[in-house]
Formats: sequence, structure tokens, C-alpha cells
Amino acid sequence: MSIPAVKPKPMTLTQQRLRDGFWLLFPGLLVIFGITLFPIIYTFVLSFTETPISNPTPQGFIGIRNYLYFLTNSVFWAAIRRTLYFTIVSVGVELILGMGLALLIHARPFGWQFLRTSLIIPWAIPTIVNGAMWRWIYNADYGALNGLLFQLGMIDRYRAWLSEPVAAMNLVIVADIWHSVPFIALILQAALATIPRELEEAAAVDGANVWQRFWNIRFPLLQPAILVALVIRTVEAFRVFDIIYVITQGGPAFGTVTISYLTYLESFSYGRLGGGAALSFLISAFTLVMALLYIQLLYREDLR
Amino acid sequence: MRAVSRLFFVVVLLAVVVMSAAGCAAPQQAGGPKVVKVLAMQQAGPTPEEMNAIVAKFNESSPDVKVEIEYVSYDALHDKIVTAMATNPPSYDVVLVDDIWYAEFVKNGYLWDVTDKIDQNTKQEVFSTAWDITSVNGRIYGMPWLLDQKYFYYNTEILEKAGVDVPQTWEDLIEASRKIKEMGLVEYPIVWSWAQAEAAICDFVALLYGNGGSFVDSNGNPTFNNEKGVQVVEWMVKTVDEGLSNPASISYVEEDVRNVFSQGKAAFALNWLYMYDLAALNPDESQVVGKVGLGLVPAFKGSGVPSATINGSMGFSVIDKSPNREAAWEYVKFLTSEPIQKEYSAHLLPVWSGNYEGQALEELKSLNESNPVTVPAFSAQIVYSHVRPKVPFYPEFSKALQLALQEALTKQKSPAQALNDAAAKWNELASK
Repeated sequence: MSIPAVKPKPMTLTQQRLRDGFWLLFPGLLVIFGITLFPIIYTFVLSFTETPISNPTPQGFIGIRNYLYFLTNSVFWAAIRRTLYFTIVSVGVELILGMGLALLIHARPFGWQFLRTSLIIPWAIPTIVNGAMWRWIYNADYGALNGLLFQLGMIDRYRAWLSEPVAAMNLVIVADIWHSVPFIALILQAALATIPRELEEAAAVDGANVWQRFWNIRFPLLQPAILVALVIRTVEAFRVFDIIYVITQGGPAFGTVTISYLTYLESFSYGRLGGGAALSFLISAFTLVMALLYIQLLYREDLR
Repeated sequence: MRAVSRLFFVVVLLAVVVMSAAGCAAPQQAGGPKVVKVLAMQQAGPTPEEMNAIVAKFNESSPDVKVEIEYVSYDALHDKIVTAMATNPPSYDVVLVDDIWYAEFVKNGYLWDVTDKIDQNTKQEVFSTAWDITSVNGRIYGMPWLLDQKYFYYNTEILEKAGVDVPQTWEDLIEASRKIKEMGLVEYPIVWSWAQAEAAICDFVALLYGNGGSFVDSNGNPTFNNEKGVQVVEWMVKTVDEGLSNPASISYVEEDVRNVFSQGKAAFALNWLYMYDLAALNPDESQVVGKVGLGLVPAFKGSGVPSATINGSMGFSVIDKSPNREAAWEYVKFLTSEPIQKEYSAHLLPVWSGNYEGQALEELKSLNESNPVTVPAFSAQIVYSHVRPKVPFYPEFSKALQLALQEALTKQKSPAQALNDAAAKWNELASK
């Protein structure tokens, strides 16, 4: 008695397509794995170790002690508070100013094309260059800010702006706002352009004033665009690093040390890759929570 | 048709794999000159133009080696080196190392032990204090290069107008500053580098030793927070409150000090040697050309010392994992050689001790316009020059002390509290 050899079943067309599709995607997947997934997993492993930067292969497994250390550390929470302050103030002001600019451009006053084009400039300047520029503006002895305020009679002597922790943080925020308002303005302006004019004209005929037309027609229709801009800018602002590195180096007295700056210090200045990795994951956790909140808002039933 | 497309796909995939593998391996080009990558800084010492000229000279004289040099600011240098060391082979073959990083870098195994590469003559001719900079546990890890310390700069025109003598003590300096401020000659007579950076530690150490204090005791326990240290920080805060120290000092590093002083907006400043040539002699860089005095850094009355300053020397070291260690060492030797150091002595004085005596001294002084002033100032000041502790955890401790100084200066903590917190950090790091 012989067992008949099992013949492989010929592939169906769908299976063949799936297989070919997989192989065609394979190089792309490899790249994504190499530059995104692998570093994330590697960092995750590092965060449970006390790996020094001098020998960056994971070593010295210490469980969740890195996480516990930061979560019970006042420097960490102070950095979180500063980061939240930075994020809320800068994104909040950017949104209001961005909305104002978008409405202004949308109204097409004289020279609106020029305004729209020149808006791109701050956004196009690299953050590092932007930071260096504002650092000069804020300089206490020969900066433009002191010069301007003094000429206008708003201050009676030059102030050392970056020597005061609160002022320094607010001035870094101003520099960030200048850089990022165009982004929000351009997104909102594009969204405004898609709102049919008939709606507003009908409302105007019915006797709605400008304010009522904005709140009842434009604002609801702009909400999806606002949320997209908010999500992107919030996540960006929460990770702020470069502009602080250039303007204040975290000073004075750690007054501008945000959570990303703390991660930099931990990893590269103190050489503790494990601790730095744990901080990165804590940042990710915070960002994830914010993203989830936004997504909840974004996909609310009445907005669909 | 299918077979053709599949074949095409396999070829493409193979090509990708082969190319990426080749990219990883990237062997040293056979035949061409060996490339030596150097990381240096743009701040104090020779200017990048001068450093580039030295590189060009070396490349010309050694066709087998090609040196490529990069610059970062001092405050980015440590982190840049540490990051570069994470790869194998590292991105640089030669790096500029500050005095205070040698312990950490040697502990991490970054630097090549060159003890046996240095001949007897070199060992004797270079200042022994310079060898202390690049040595750890009796082994030598680099060539001393920048033998620098902070000097006391003053604006002779302002002093003359105020009718005051060059201050010998910090008390004299306060008196002079009050007079200068009252007469409205400048708004803030003194400018410091008290930013949240290593620069703040340097000024603090100069003041601390000038008050008869010290950083650590002979057992390595912190003493910077005793009453001498507290007095110094209280003094620093008071000079800002009184409007004698420029309040912007809290956000300034050495280059800012140079800018303010060179604009004639300060009567007094502490800075490294390089500022003399740029502020006193270079009209492109300074509005106070010909009005700059260089003197001993003052000390406090009753401290028992006539002067005290910070020693901020640096060395050039070869990376242990570099595939071109020998070629890299050749460049380091060239860069730190006596003829090169003499040629560029306007911004950096030679580490070779023979130049400070007899005929050689006269020759050194005649090499450029600044040396007649800076060389005697160097010899007078170096005996009152103090180093910071050489410990592997220095960078992290330094951040804590920078924070302490700034917390005191911005009135978030009392000077005693701030310094005690920094000392606690020292003890925590030392016990690890």
C-alpha cells in the first residue's frame, strides 16, 4: 500500500497576487523596519538598562528603575511643567494669530498675495537659524529688542531678558510662535477657501452679523482643519529642543529645560543612554495621550 | 512575461542588497592618502583661519596623510565627542579635549595611551603642569596644546577718566566700579561669563581661590560650599544687585564677554588669553583698540593670596579605536610642535618651557604685537592658576554646580542652600 504523494495545491490567483505583493513591498518594509521599528525596539530595550554611551550595546538590566527614578524626580516634573507651559502658550497663541492671519488673507485686502507669500519666510527658515537670530535680538547689550523698547520709551534701561527664568521661557515661546504661525495660517487659509460663499451670503441675507457668521458657519466648518493643525503643532511643541538649545542652552537656572532638553542632557552630557531612552519613552507616553485626546475630538460623531 | 518581471525584480533586490552592504563596509581607499579627521573648537585659542592654515601646511608636508578639520563651539564639544565615540570606527581620529574631560574619556577608553610615544626631550621641554592636563593615573593620553587661564582685562580709557588705579583686590574693583557707574562712564562696569555653562564654573573657581577657598580637599571631598564659597556667591549676587556686574552676565559665555568689552561697554572683564589680541589690537573686532590693559586677576582682601585664576588648558588626543592612529599622532605632534606654536602665539602661548627664559623669551615677545604684553602676563599669572578636579563624573557635576550658581543669581535659592545642594550631588556621584 502506498501513500499517494501530496501534490501541492496550485495557488489561486489571489494568493499569487498576495505573494508577489509581499515580495514587492519587502524592500520597503525592510527600510521601514531598519529606520523606524528597529530603533524604537532598541530604545525600548535600552530603557530597562543602565547602558553608558561609551558602549551602546544594551547592558546592565535594571528593570523599571529608570522609569521610577524619573517619575519620582522633581527635576523631571519641573521639566514636564515647563514643557506643558511652552506647548499650551505657544500653540494657543499660534492658533489665535494663525486664524487672524488666515481670515485676513481670505478677505483679500490690497496686497494679500504679497502677505501670503511673505508668510512662508519664517516657516522656511531653519529652526537653528531662527534661534540664532532671536538670540541676537534678545541680547541685553546690543539686541534689537532692547533698542526698540528703549526708543519707544517702554523701558528706561536695557533689560537682561535671558537672565530671568520666566522672561527667558516666554521669549523662547515668542521665537517659536514667529516661526510656526505661518504653518497654521496657511492650513486654515486653505480650509477657508473650501467653504462655499453661498452659505455666508445666505446668512448675511438673513441678517447674521460678521461675528455670528464666523461662529456659526466658518468656525464649525474649519474645525477639522483646526484639529489637524493643533495635533501636528502640539506634538511638535511638546518635543521642542533645537530652539532652546540655540537661544538659552536650558538656562538660566534650568528655567528653559524642557523634557526633550532633559533627555539630551541625560543621554549625551551625562552619558546615560538607558536613562535617556526611558525619558524618550515617557515623552512618547505623554504625546500618545495627547494624540488620543485629539483623535477623540477629531472623530466625534457630529464632525464627520 | 511573469518570468521576465520576476527576474527583473530579483535583479533589483540583489542590487539593493549589494549596494547597501558595500555602503556599510566602505573600505579605506587603497593607494590614496590616509584621511585623519580632526574635531576642534571655535572659541579661544587660534581662530579657525589659523587652524586651517596649520592643516594646509601639514597636508603639504605629508602627502600620505590628509587632515580634515571640523569646528564646534566649546559648549558643544564634549557632547559631540561622546556621540561620535558610539560608532566603530569613530567619526574622528583626533579630538580636542578639555582638562576636565580627560578622566571621563580615559575611563570610557576613548583615548589612545601615548605615554611611550613621547620622547624624553619632549617630556622635559613641555611644562610639567601641561602634562598634568593630559595625564590620568600616571599615563599620558595626549599632547598639551592650549595652556590657558583667565586674565584680568580692563579698559584703560575708562579707568583714566574715572581717575582710579588698576584694582589689585576685588574690594578695590568694587570701589572703582562704583565710581565708574556714578560718573556714568558705563552702565555696568563688570561683565562676566556666568551663563548656564562651564564658563560660570571658571569664573567661580577664580573667585573661590581668590577668597582663600578651594574646590575639594585632599581626600576629594567638596569644600567649595564652605563659608569661603558661600561668601563668594553672596558677593556675586550683591554685585548684580548693586548694578556693578552686568545682569546679562547670567546669560553670557566668553564670546559675549568679548563682544561687550570690545564695544567699550564694560570697564572690567575676565577672559582667556585670545581676547587680548582681538580686543586690544584688532580694529575689525574691537572699538577699544589701544585701550586694553591686562593684569593679575584680583583676590579678596585678607585671603592671603595676591591673585587667583582658573586654569583652562586643553590637549589634542588620538582616538584609541581610530584605524589611523599613527598618522593621527603625526598630526598632533605637528600641531603642538614648537615652531608651529611660536608662529601662532598671538592667540595661544607655547607649552614649551624653554621659550620663557633668556634669549628665547625676548624672541617670543618679538614674534607679534600682542606677545610683549601677554607673555609677561602669562608668566606672572600662571603661578596663581587653579585647576578643577579631575573626576570621571565631572560633566554631570558641573551641570549641578552651574544650576546652583544660577539659582543663587536668580534668587531662587540662598547661596548656601544652592552650594550645599551641588555638594550633595557631588557626594551622590562620587559614591556611585
